[in-house]
Amino acid sequence: MSSRPSHLEFDPMKFVVLIYSNPTTWAEMPAAERDRALGVHFKLIKELTESGEMIRVDGLNDPMATKTIRTQGGVPVVTDGPYGEAKEFLAGVWAIDVESMDRALEIAKPVAEYDTVEVRALMDLGGMEM
Amino acid sequence: VTAESTVEGLLRELAPQVLAALTRRFGTFETAEDAVQEALLAAATQWPEQGIPESPRGWLITVGSRRLTDQLRSDLARARRETAAAALLPPIELVAPAADEDLPSDEDDTLTLLFLCCHPALSPASQVALTLRAVGGLTTAQIAQAFFVPEATMAQRISRAKQSIKAAGARFGMPPEHERAERLAVVLHVLYLIFNEGYTTSSGTELQDQELTSEAIRIARDLHRLLPDEGEVSGLLALMLLTDARRPARTTADGSLVPLAEQDRALWHADAIQEGVALITDTLSRAQLGPYQLQAAIAAVHDEAARAEDTDWRQIVVLYELLARIAPNPMVTLNQAVAVAMVDGPRAGLDVLATLDEDDRIAGHHRLDAVRAHLLEMAGDIAGAGERYRAAARRTTSIPERRYLESRAARLGDGGGVDR
Repeated sequence: MSSRPSHLEFDPMKFVVLIYSNPTTWAEMPAAERDRALGVHFKLIKELTESGEMIRVDGLNDPMATKTIRTQGGVPVVTDGPYGEAKEFLAGVWAIDVESMDRALEIAKPVAEYDTVEVRALMDLGGMEM
Repeated sequence: VTAESTVEGLLRELAPQVLAALTRRFGTFETAEDAVQEALLAAATQWPEQGIPESPRGWLITVGSRRLTDQLRSDLARARRETAAAALLPPIELVAPAADEDLPSDEDDTLTLLFLCCHPALSPASQVALTLRAVGGLTTAQIAQAFFVPEATMAQRISRAKQSIKAAGARFGMPPEHERAERLAVVLHVLYLIFNEGYTTSSGTELQDQELTSEAIRIARDLHRLLPDEGEVSGLLALMLLTDARRPARTTADGSLVPLAEQDRALWHADAIQEGVALITDTLSRAQLGPYQLQAAIAAVHDEAARAEDTDWRQIVVLYELLARIAPNPMVTLNQAVAVAMVDGPRAGLDVLATLDEDDRIAGHHRLDAVRAHLLEMAGDIAGAGERYRAAARRTTSIPERRYLESRAARLGDGGGVDR
């Protein structure tokens, strides 16, 4: 009988998939191509929701509507608008619960067609004494 | 004991029996499973107030049957509207329940359900979720809470699991004899995952943490009762008992992890240790050896030492050698390295660890760094140990582990961590 005494191969983890977009790229894209590319996202979201791997999907409003807070001289100062010279902005956040980092990357790859995608593990409260 | 907890215990026990009865009667596991869940929820709200009915199982079967009948009626009505061939469908009365149908033994049912929920077509996460609901009688909300995901996500996972079972053509019955051993191994693995999830998690509320470990132990006990001669079933149950016995000592009040060597052994559950030791001793004397039995034997050696320094590390080294031979795995090698270091010194342990450097399955894993740090610290390489502790702290995704590893690194900085 083949038992698997370690949970190495099954290390379920939660990740966020952070999608950084360049608004110009998307604005200048032909409508048909934009529809196709977004269709890839929507299809993926539907599949992940149905498989029970998707925890949450959020799209972020345009960077123009961003407020930035920085503490200056001990006082929080609110300024309008996006950050510095950046060309890419955080545009979407997905939270997923999957079997491994490999699975998370498999999910995130198609999303990176026109965007930069970061995959980051969430910290959890579980732990093994050593 | 409150009325709610009495009812909850009863419902957990009855859940697989009722589900099996409805599945047999109506022939569809997926819909029966939903109906049972609804019946359980109804009972959980009604019984504590109105009292437990004379035949709780009969009550649940009746309520579940009614839901299923309603469901089938509406499906049938839709089918009639949609196709003229509907006239050929059997009238609903043919599948409606008889009031006092004879049931096969509950034992067979639990086993059959376990095999079905742990069907190899499902992902481990789905096997775990479905087992907890169908065999454990937990609600979707409880399972979602235990795994820190929204209820909708867990509901989706369970529904997908049931679709996969259907698509795989699995039937409500025992797997064929030639598949039995392999299928049992999957069931044991799922119970192990449920236990581990509960054991390693600290959500802050002890009650919630214990839910999964108690559930895994309860199902393992059932399984052991049904299959007393399966050595690995006994081994897994013993492993769970011997591990869970240490739970009160493994964290401090603020949630910090306490390593085995520093645990207050007076806090360990003596009853569970006694039961686990007796079980594994008996099993080793008569069953074919397996990985869960060996892990239980190792846990027993730890649990039997009155003080950390009394631990029989030589015996542990021998047990790990056996385990590495029958179930080689980088996690086993990691633990083996620690045991070897305790007997032959830290350099010998580091030599064992070196065999893992080229192993893709564990390269970059924080546990490898953590063990190496520990052995370097034993060897007096303070700089090397600090570096590895900090690397491990960065790599783990566990908040308590990170805190522990950072504190080890900090302790080295004070020059106080060399001898323990």
